[in-house]
Amino acid sequence: MDEIVLKIRQTAKELLSEGKVDEVWGFAEPSIPMGCRPYVARTPEDADKLWWDSFCVMNLANFVPRRSDKKFAVVAQGCVSRNLVVHHLEGQLDLKEQVTVLGVPSIGMLDAEAVRQAVGSVEISEVSEEGGKVRVKGLGFDKTVSRLEVMRDSCKTCRFHNPVVCDIWIKDKTADEPNKDKNARVDQVEALEPKERQAFFEKMFSRCLRCYACRNACPLCYCETCFVDESKPQWLGKSVEMSDTLSFHFLRAFHCAGRCTDCGACESACPVGIPVRYLTRKLEADIEAKYGYQAGLDLETKPPMSVYLPDDTDDFM
Amino acid sequence: MFARRKFSAAKSLLEYMGLESGRLQFSWISSAEAEKFATTANKVVERVRELGPANFMQKLPLEQVA
Repeated sequence: MDEIVLKIRQTAKELLSEGKVDEVWGFAEPSIPMGCRPYVARTPEDADKLWWDSFCVMNLANFVPRRSDKKFAVVAQGCVSRNLVVHHLEGQLDLKEQVTVLGVPSIGMLDAEAVRQAVGSVEISEVSEEGGKVRVKGLGFDKTVSRLEVMRDSCKTCRFHNPVVCDIWIKDKTADEPNKDKNARVDQVEALEPKERQAFFEKMFSRCLRCYACRNACPLCYCETCFVDESKPQWLGKSVEMSDTLSFHFLRAFHCAGRCTDCGACESACPVGIPVRYLTRKLEADIEAKYGYQAGLDLETKPPMSVYLPDDTDDFM
Repeated sequence: MFARRKFSAAKSLLEYMGLESGRLQFSWISSAEAEKFATTANKVVERVRELGPANFMQKLPLEQVA
């Protein structure tokens, strides 16, 4: 069995039997290949159900809000640890007292849809990995593709693979790439004229079902009642009309300004494969350019939207 | 001052999504600056007239909604 899985199970078992934590948050083995099944282990026996593979793409920090009564351990890659930091800064948890971070330095998670497209089939019965290659078996085929080919876009552009806070390392650290250029998507849109941009996004979001999976998957979206669900006043139409859909996506992204860690959970959750990070990427690129801030890297710096400087840019006026 | 950061981000994202530059404008006007307010309002109207009717995030008439 995979070394990471064994180490997660063993660590979880120790933490739970010593009573150091009430819960260990991780993943269980999915019932189908490339599935993603979040799981909370509460007893040492539960720990044997924990699992890890390259398709554990849900951001576990999503479970944090309104959990202040528990002590827990979380299996976390770089992005998840950054979201724990964001929760700490926003008063959703006490990272030092409440949380044990089980750090898994990420080599990049994989995109199930990209795998299906790479092998040209949805009938996949087995997926295994070895040395940068992904072997995919299904009815009448057995193909091998490179990891990079089927990696999630957010992981390809990831700068911080290692957890920024970590109590127990599940595997050895890898090298971070703090200067990597993340702006390919933003540059692509900015090369267009306003009319073309509008057409680009209208085409992209025309597939949107307004299921709000992107919102629900996002660890930053934790309002008791989301603005899209309110009916008095009703901020937004409920149908899939383009103006409402664009307004929803604009506001969803805007609420993440200065908080988004680019974990890619939104994009992975989208059932129709809309690259919703095109919007959050723009905000984060702006925030980095204007205020030199990247979300969730340390416990001291105040989030950029909760502070100001007298000489902040007002070039928009 | 907090709002300045938020307006800056909002305007930038809207223009990134296809809103023409000039359709959304911000100014810093005190309640004592009546003339500045009037001049600015006129400027906004002029600029938007130049741009013509917007079709960005516009509601469709009821009969066109599927």
